[in-house]
Amino acid sequence: MDLIHNLSIGFQTAATFQNLFYALAGAILGTLIGVLPGLGPVATIAMLLPSIYSLDATPALIMLAGIYYGAQYGGSTTAILINVPGESSSVVTAIDGYQMARKGRAGPALAAAGLGSFFAGCVGTLVIAAFAPPLTELAFKFGPAEYFSLMVLGLIGAVVLASGSLVKAIAMIVLGLLLGQINTDVISGVPRFSFDIPELTDGVGFVTIAMGVFGFGEIIANLGMPAESREVFTKDVKGLMPTKQDFKDAFPAVLRGTALGSILGVLPGGGALLASFAAYTVEKKVRGRSGEVPFGQGNIRGVAGPESANNAGAQTSFIPMLTLGIPPNAVMALMVGAMTIKGIQPGPQVMASNPELFWGLIASMWIGNLLLVILNLPLIGIWIKLLTVPYRFLFPAILVFCCIGLYTLNNNNFDVYMAAGFGLVGYIFYKIGCEPAPLLLGFILGPMMEENLRRALLLSRGDWSTFMTRPLSAGLLIASFLMVVVVMLPSIKNKREEAFQDAD
Amino acid sequence: MQIKSQKDFWSGLMFLGVGAAFAIGSLEYSFGSSARPGPAYFPFGLGVLMAILGGMVLFTSLTKDTPDGDPVGAFAWRPLVIILAAVALFGALLPRLGLFITLPLLVILSAMASEEFTIKDALLNAVILTVMSWAIFSKGLGLTIPLLPTIFGAGA
Repeated sequence: MDLIHNLSIGFQTAATFQNLFYALAGAILGTLIGVLPGLGPVATIAMLLPSIYSLDATPALIMLAGIYYGAQYGGSTTAILINVPGESSSVVTAIDGYQMARKGRAGPALAAAGLGSFFAGCVGTLVIAAFAPPLTELAFKFGPAEYFSLMVLGLIGAVVLASGSLVKAIAMIVLGLLLGQINTDVISGVPRFSFDIPELTDGVGFVTIAMGVFGFGEIIANLGMPAESREVFTKDVKGLMPTKQDFKDAFPAVLRGTALGSILGVLPGGGALLASFAAYTVEKKVRGRSGEVPFGQGNIRGVAGPESANNAGAQTSFIPMLTLGIPPNAVMALMVGAMTIKGIQPGPQVMASNPELFWGLIASMWIGNLLLVILNLPLIGIWIKLLTVPYRFLFPAILVFCCIGLYTLNNNNFDVYMAAGFGLVGYIFYKIGCEPAPLLLGFILGPMMEENLRRALLLSRGDWSTFMTRPLSAGLLIASFLMVVVVMLPSIKNKREEAFQDAD
Repeated sequence: MQIKSQKDFWSGLMFLGVGAAFAIGSLEYSFGSSARPGPAYFPFGLGVLMAILGGMVLFTSLTKDTPDGDPVGAFAWRPLVIILAAVALFGALLPRLGLFITLPLLVILSAMASEEFTIKDALLNAVILTVMSWAIFSKGLGLTIPLLPTIFGAGA
């Protein structure tokens, strides 16, 4: 069978010593940054991008993927132990997880999160392996018009599901698209918006933007806040194993969370965050056995469901990136960037042209998940210690890694200056309440969108109706339009705001 | 006219201004036609779109009530200036003075951005980070980073 054959290629690739090492390194690093508040996977992956120059493409991507799902694990650890979600996707885990910890049941909560995530990771890996090939086939039928419409759908989808003002988010996408226009025009060879600065004719490096906005901007924002008195976790974590009853309660929640996460992860803009929110809502609606702990007071289902969902979602959000080359969230946008750095054009052809990379990455995710369960549960003590590292030691370290990374990008200090500039921009975004993630998506997709738009217009001899007369393209555009309309409807709008308020 | 949401007001202005700037800037390049879109085609459209979106944000900021007026709040000037200056200084000095001088400088200078700054901690951090960076980036990953000062200047 193809599935098994493909997976066996993958496991052969992933199980080499080198790739195992990078999967492990990525997973540990990811957990570390997930645990440390104030440092997210986007900033970390951006920080590490320059160092992957010296690696082969496969280990490089394996490591970056490890960081992504490792961060999900780490984020839930802090959410449970100190009520500080390390990652936005573990916000809902904190609600019941922290209550469990306060009642001395931190162990079972952590175990439920870890084992649930592992189960979800296994299913997610299978889902990718099963659905990637047919989607890739479909993608080969796409012309430029379809690609353009698909990107519109992807970008719109990425923001309607996020929190905050929709118009502002769309404007941030457009700003990203515009920043992507600072380059040399592919078709005519004219340098655009470069102000005669030679470095700008190659375009703004997206590492520069990511580090400036997400790295420096966030540091400044964090330092600007009054030194918060964080609640430090002092209780020992003992009794790691959940009881039999815990298993009985948690297992259906894990199943539901996994199913929900797998589906939502594939949607553009979905991924881990949305999956965990949805799973928590579902768990609250599902009737549990009589006499169970109410939600909000330490119900194990409130930990197991969202945690499985966010891991499944994190896995399946690789599908659009791997098959279509379209990143559904900011982390995937960075992965696309990493592929480009390594000279691989992301898109449907990756599976055929780099099967080891494609299947090796998928298999390594399963291995990485396994490593996380084996490592993290016994290592909890170390992660808790790390929580006590004060921010005044942490942020200069982040700066150092960013600066060295920026300099070594092109062995040129222009990128360092640019990133400092984007640091200012990032801080301004933070002050005026503009979420920067959509900007990064727009920036990555900008040049691709323009190329496809212009090619589609060339093919149709300047007829804009080509986007509506080709059925696939029309369907995609109508879907994106409907998404905006639905979100704008007053009843949905209120629900949406309510859902995101729940999390705070 | 009263501003009802400070944050939206300023972001609206920003989108409007940047959108207009891109649209006007793109006029320098050939626009082409729909059948043969030139280099200005896409950025001009995007610039106009962004200006419109900015206008919409601006409009809501003046009409839709918010409970507290969504204040932008004070800028954290100290960390803003210190962090950005430290980064820029790092960029300027690294090719000339090398990693072993520039990096500790970056660490100590940036540490001053924090309210909890103590010189002892900053020095300790500087030593640890410099040794670590040298081991990881220069030794481990084999990246070419100037380590020691060059007398004649690398002429960045």
